[in-house]
Amino acid sequence: MKISVNGQPHEVKATTVAAILTEIGYGDATVATALNGDFVAADRRMNQAVRDGDALEVLAPRQGG
Amino acid sequence: MTVYGTTLRSRLMLGTALYPSPALLADAIKASGAEVVTVSLRRESGAERAGQGFWSMIRDLGVRVLPNTAGCHGVKEAVTTAQMAREVFQTNWIKLEVIGEDDTLQPDVFGLVEAARILADEGFAVFPYTTDDLVVAERLLEAGCEVLMPWGAPIGSGKGLNNPFALRALRAHFPEVPLVVDAGIGLPSHAAAAMELGYDAILLNTAVAKAGDPVAMAKSFAMAVEAGRLAYDAGPMEPRDMAEPSTPVIGKAFLP
Repeated sequence: MKISVNGQPHEVKATTVAAILTEIGYGDATVATALNGDFVAADRRMNQAVRDGDALEVLAPRQGG
Repeated sequence: MTVYGTTLRSRLMLGTALYPSPALLADAIKASGAEVVTVSLRRESGAERAGQGFWSMIRDLGVRVLPNTAGCHGVKEAVTTAQMAREVFQTNWIKLEVIGEDDTLQPDVFGLVEAARILADEGFAVFPYTTDDLVVAERLLEAGCEVLMPWGAPIGSGKGLNNPFALRALRAHFPEVPLVVDAGIGLPSHAAAAMELGYDAILLNTAVAKAGDPVAMAKSFAMAVEAGRLAYDAGPMEPRDMAEPSTPVIGKAFLP
């Protein structure tokens, strides 16, 4: 299915947030996720279904003021 | 100072953005003596993983992090960003920014109060980046904030304290609330001036990061903040309009 990851189109086979993170290479990276604007906690990623057209945001620590 | 039950020895908080290199950032943090540094969340690529090295470096420094919601323009966006930051950084501290105007990066104080109430109810320790408006300050406290962070001047402007009168009024109205001047500080003298007003701490970034020698500037700010606080505690003299000789008049020789 086609989804958006950080604003970029992605074709993925996995159907949960956790599986998609693995499929597109995040592995054990320290990240936080949101699906369609709602926070998805790490312990909910395995059960959080992702559907065609959904928008996934994957954020990580960065410099800030 | 004590904020949300945590006592900090340093009254200088430092941002981590815009430094020429990670090494200079680390050295500047050490030179500043800051125990709290601000960080953010940004999009991460699965291939590049740019944030992982940065986060590892910050953890190694042993400082407390204050994640921000920089760039958020709406309540929902800011709340979601705060929730994501709490998980990644393992802290309930959040520097809450809800931007209302892009040229000045002035806070949307209406959205700020609303987001602060939501986050405080969810157990966050909210550090609101706000204006120097007294009524907004009151609303933020009612929403559950235990610290206020009014701007000195627009973010990154380096203009110092644009409205010392308003900052002084805030200090007078809320004598027990930790107050931090956040944004607009350009020189150590600006930081010292805010501390002399009785502010509890200074949060700055660009003035150190963009200095010719960030490490030396970090040290300079640390000294200025300490000097300003010491001066406030020492009880500054009252200014007066007319001169008053400091050398005794009595005993002066009569020499026609």
